[in-house]
Amino acid sequence: MISSHMPGQPDASPSGDDARVYSGSVRDYLELFKPRVMSLVIFTALVGMVVAKGHLHPVIAAVSLGLIAVGAGASGALNMWWDQDIDARMSRTAKRPIPAGQVTGSEALSLGLSLSVASVVFLGLIANWFAAGLLAFTIFFYAVVYSMWLKRWTAQNIVIGGAAGAFPPMVAEAVVTGSVSWDSFILFLIIFMWTPPHFWALALSKSGDYEKAGVPMMPNVAGPDSTRTQILVYTLLLAPLGVVPFFMGLGGWTYAVVSVISGLLMIVLAVQVYRRREGAAATKAEQALFGFSILYLFLLFATLLAEHAFGLGSGFDVGPRLVSGII
Amino acid sequence: MPDDKNADDGVELTPEQKKMRRTRNIAIAVALAAFVAIIYAVTVAKLGVNVLKRPI
Repeated sequence: MISSHMPGQPDASPSGDDARVYSGSVRDYLELFKPRVMSLVIFTALVGMVVAKGHLHPVIAAVSLGLIAVGAGASGALNMWWDQDIDARMSRTAKRPIPAGQVTGSEALSLGLSLSVASVVFLGLIANWFAAGLLAFTIFFYAVVYSMWLKRWTAQNIVIGGAAGAFPPMVAEAVVTGSVSWDSFILFLIIFMWTPPHFWALALSKSGDYEKAGVPMMPNVAGPDSTRTQILVYTLLLAPLGVVPFFMGLGGWTYAVVSVISGLLMIVLAVQVYRRREGAAATKAEQALFGFSILYLFLLFATLLAEHAFGLGSGFDVGPRLVSGII
Repeated sequence: MPDDKNADDGVELTPEQKKMRRTRNIAIAVALAAFVAIIYAVTVAKLGVNVLKRPI
């Protein structure tokens, strides 16, 4: 499903570039970088760095983390440039800087491209070129594969596109060690499996918006009932996956307890979304799952951070010993 | 001719737009200063005392 409108071009929006006075505030330009997504990227990348088996000078680590965040922000600006037509048609995104007329599409494109190149080149020079290559791939995946290709074409858009948001821990491990391992790959998988139930819980109550904008989101393609089933299936896969770091020795006792309890809560909330299909009860269940899913991911990663960075972890060898005992 | 009068398109900035422009300029200056400081810090962190050990 491809819109007849040429994406990336103004769509009768008030931000037409002709004879325009630059009127955006600093905040408008910062909004282009999707600060909430950036904060998630910084946090998950930080955890990826902390759990990585290697040593890095704190200054190099901090600057590399900043460059990963800049790369994420740049891809956000490219996404806003490309999606300015559909953003203007959806209530959730109509106030973004380009559809609101505060920043022009060409400004967003210039910022996105220049910061993408800068973040990759400087990460290569400061850390290593493998990490820089991974960062470049992440930016490409989000801006081109997800925004330009998948988003307007398939209802699996956020399933596959979710990989872009899941790469930061792998990029971070590559910064520290120069390679990637199962440790950061499992963190990638957790974020990857977390994205569909998280995003579809929101999309269920916003399906009219996506329909209006011509974006094939799961609720307005497969229907709300099928979306609820898929949310439940992904959550049933996510909850046990969330415990895997304990069995790999990446998480200790605290992580085991946190991941089991929060995973069970995710399942309970997904079951409520599956069962409550009408009216205010359905909306409440969807909002509860959406809200808790953010806390779930935060809890898993914050626990890993606390165990590794602050020495609060114990029992890292218990999980692997259990696995070897079973095998 | 007033400073903010653009001879080409006749655009004259409002006081609010002038304020926005000033804020943007300050933000760009801060970003540039931060960039210089970061490059300096990275150079010191990567090279350390070796920065002084170079052939003349």
